Amino acid sequence: MNKQSITSFLMPFIIGLAFITSAAAENKVTLLNVSYDPTRELYQAFNQSFAQNWLKLTGTVVEVNQSHGGSGKQARAVIDGLEADVVTLALAYDIDSIANLTNLIPKTWQKRLPNASAPYTSTIVFLVRKGNPRNIKDWDDLVKPGVSVIMPNPKTSGGARWNYLAAWGYALKKWNNDENKAKDFVAALYKNVPVLDSGARGSTTTFVERKIGDVLIAWENEAYLVANQTGKGEFEIVMPSLSILAEPSVTLVDGDADRHGTRKVAQAYLEYLYSAEGQEIAAKNYYRPRMESVMAKYASQFQKVELFTIDDVFNGWKAAQAKHFADKGIFDQIFQVK
Amino acid sequence: MHEPFVKKSILPGFSLSLGFTIFYLSLIVLIPLSMLFLKTSSLSFKGFIDVIMDPRTLAAYRLSFGTAFVSAGINAVFGFIVAWVLVRYTFPGKRIVDALVDFPLALPTAVAGIALTELYTPTGWVGQYLNVWGIKGAFSPFGITIALTFIGLPFVVRTIQPVLEDLDPQIEEAAASLGANRWQTLTTVILPIIFPALLAGVTLALARAIGEYGSVIFIAGNMPMKTEIAPLLIMTKLEQYDYAGATAIAIGMLLISFLLLAMANFFQWKTSKNLGKA
Amino acid sequence: MSARTEPKIIQYFLIFIALAFFGLFIVLPLVCVFHNALAKGWGIYFKTLQDRDAIAAMKMTVVTALIAVPLNLIFGVVASWAIAKFDFKGKNFLLTLIDLPLSVSPVIAGLIFILLFGAQGLLGPWLIAHNIRIIFAMPAVILVTIFVTFPIVARELIPIMKSQGNEEEEAAMTLGASGWKTFWLVSVPNIRWGILYGIILCNARAMGEFGAVSVVSGHIRGLTNTLPLHVEILYNEYQSTAAFAAASILALLAIFTLIAKSIVEVAVRRGI
Repeated sequence: MNKQSITSFLMPFIIGLAFITSAAAENKVTLLNVSYDPTRELYQAFNQSFAQNWLKLTGTVVEVNQSHGGSGKQARAVIDGLEADVVTLALAYDIDSIANLTNLIPKTWQKRLPNASAPYTSTIVFLVRKGNPRNIKDWDDLVKPGVSVIMPNPKTSGGARWNYLAAWGYALKKWNNDENKAKDFVAALYKNVPVLDSGARGSTTTFVERKIGDVLIAWENEAYLVANQTGKGEFEIVMPSLSILAEPSVTLVDGDADRHGTRKVAQAYLEYLYSAEGQEIAAKNYYRPRMESVMAKYASQFQKVELFTIDDVFNGWKAAQAKHFADKGIFDQIFQVK
Repeated sequence: MHEPFVKKSILPGFSLSLGFTIFYLSLIVLIPLSMLFLKTSSLSFKGFIDVIMDPRTLAAYRLSFGTAFVSAGINAVFGFIVAWVLVRYTFPGKRIVDALVDFPLALPTAVAGIALTELYTPTGWVGQYLNVWGIKGAFSPFGITIALTFIGLPFVVRTIQPVLEDLDPQIEEAAASLGANRWQTLTTVILPIIFPALLAGVTLALARAIGEYGSVIFIAGNMPMKTEIAPLLIMTKLEQYDYAGATAIAIGMLLISFLLLAMANFFQWKTSKNLGKA
Repeated sequence: MSARTEPKIIQYFLIFIALAFFGLFIVLPLVCVFHNALAKGWGIYFKTLQDRDAIAAMKMTVVTALIAVPLNLIFGVVASWAIAKFDFKGKNFLLTLIDLPLSVSPVIAGLIFILLFGAQGLLGPWLIAHNIRIIFAMPAVILVTIFVTFPIVARELIPIMKSQGNEEEEAAMTLGASGWKTFWLVSVPNIRWGILYGIILCNARAMGEFGAVSVVSGHIRGLTNTLPLHVEILYNEYQSTAAFAAASILALLAIFTLIAKSIVEVAVRRGI
């Protein structure tokens, strides 16, 4: 059947559906922020603050709708037509994918906002149960036999890719850039993982609510959220000797924002992330702020740790993705050799 | 001799009703499903085989089909017992049990998945006892089998029940008067009669179990090569923007499910023939 | 002991096995849902259910079912008329095609609509050009729900219509009734309980579908979330009590469905 005939065959049906969807226009601006899993609390607070600020500034009411899920899944939804005004994802690679597969975002998106379009940073830490019964201090303790490690699936979770790369970076440093040693190390690490959830939140639930595993490898912000709020007093955070600087990126989805006529407010929304208020909200939600004055204020909250960047060790996301996470990449190889 | 397409009948509306059926079927089911084939056709035949025969795909197929078969087997045995007990015996609460058989059909799969995972994790109500015996409940093929058994039970019970109810009492009485004991009557008289229905129910449960996602995803564990079900692999491929790969795996599953369903319909048709117009 | 029963001891044994299996697989998950939903008391339970997003999700679920169920009902009645009342070639094949959605993995069900309506899909560019939103919005949720529940009513009705044969309709026709009149006054009353039964089951599945809806919904809080998706979101926000509270609504719905179904069955047995 050719495309034409299918289209004309379905037409009456589609028009009928369109009637259902044409909701009445309202007297306010709505934005859709498509984000990844652990940012729920951050953007709940941030959206409220931004809305108040915008109302004061312009007199218009702005409502920000949120969609959360695994970073890769969310990027795919935008590619498939989820009309996001802004995306705030776990890694630049996912936004690159949107830019490459659609013309919604220009390929130079990372140059449009300061700090390579990442208004806050984070890193990868360990969360252990109270008293650290397994005595976990550093990456080496995770590959010991009998230690059960919880982390999500790097194929579906952005956070999990940061986990994987942090471990790889540590192993490279330990064995003087011997890739085979690094591969063995990461393989041994994944041997200790009993369940690979599809998203960072899934892993946290497994570790916190189902009480499975000795250690959770997680975003710093996620670990603090659990240690200080949801599971107060039951967990401790362990900072490894070396970790990766995770830079979750944000950008405007030009194609959709222009169609909705929301470019101005969407742009302001992203810029507000870099303002003192935005940076404070990020810090309060345990994301490392870029602004030095805010960082200084919350310094006691963030432990000092030696961090490497993805550009230093992996030559950027594109190379890392192709080598490690693509089909038949190193992650797949680890699971296929017994 | 050339047979006509439709047997003559004085009832009206054949072309109208068949036409509408095929129209709606095409619109909702066939055209959307044909997208799978359209998308996969962007792969070469070799590319298609490569995806299907990839060790990870094979492992996922093996897991999905294996656990589906085991759970269907469990349901064949216990579903038969449940149906038998519901038809033949009286006991307090029978009506409630009878009504609750459909519960897995009515309960959203995500809710089932979360509830079952709660129950079967090492700290859960059931999981802690399994743990003592060294059995891993959730996050193992065992956990997947449990979820699939839950999903499939109503299909088996509901297809056997009417056949058991309609069973002619004289057949069993005749068998007994000829000196057969109950066990012999069951195996040589009753089972052969309900066998097609049993098989049809099991096939339906199987077909449903193979594709099940919502209830399994929470309890599966999702480890590649070990506890990664085929639908999850499709999701994983999608997340890497590999639409052709995803549809290739989907087509593999679809073809097998289609065969299973065709078998089920054949057996159901045979059952109705066996029962005959009494 | 009659020829059709077993010794009491075997009866008890079988009943015990059936109930034990049943308890483990059906009752325990049910209890688990309510146990967790009420873990923090009734106050919290009702408070979660009054949450704005929860209500939006319930509305979304109800609207979806209100559109999907009647459409499938019409299809079910028409299809069963064609299939049960007439003999034609390829009938078994047609039956299998109708059953197909039952065995299509929900993930695949979602996927095919993305391939059709998604921005990269067959009709996507045209839809975007005309500003029609289907995927990641209400229409897609409704469409996949129709797909997933497609065969349920037809499956209920076909065997009933078949077992009733054509005699009554043929008699009415011979007596001079028109086709429509025969259909409405003879056929429909004969299958009314089957129709009701089909609606009940179809509705339960329509309200509870998760996998397929999850693929096409976009997960926008308060906008495109159905109740099952809302359960997952709450669960992922560490609000496990709230998640189970929302889940318990769905479980209650399932129970009401089953009660309604038994009432229908009783009515059928009494031959009303």
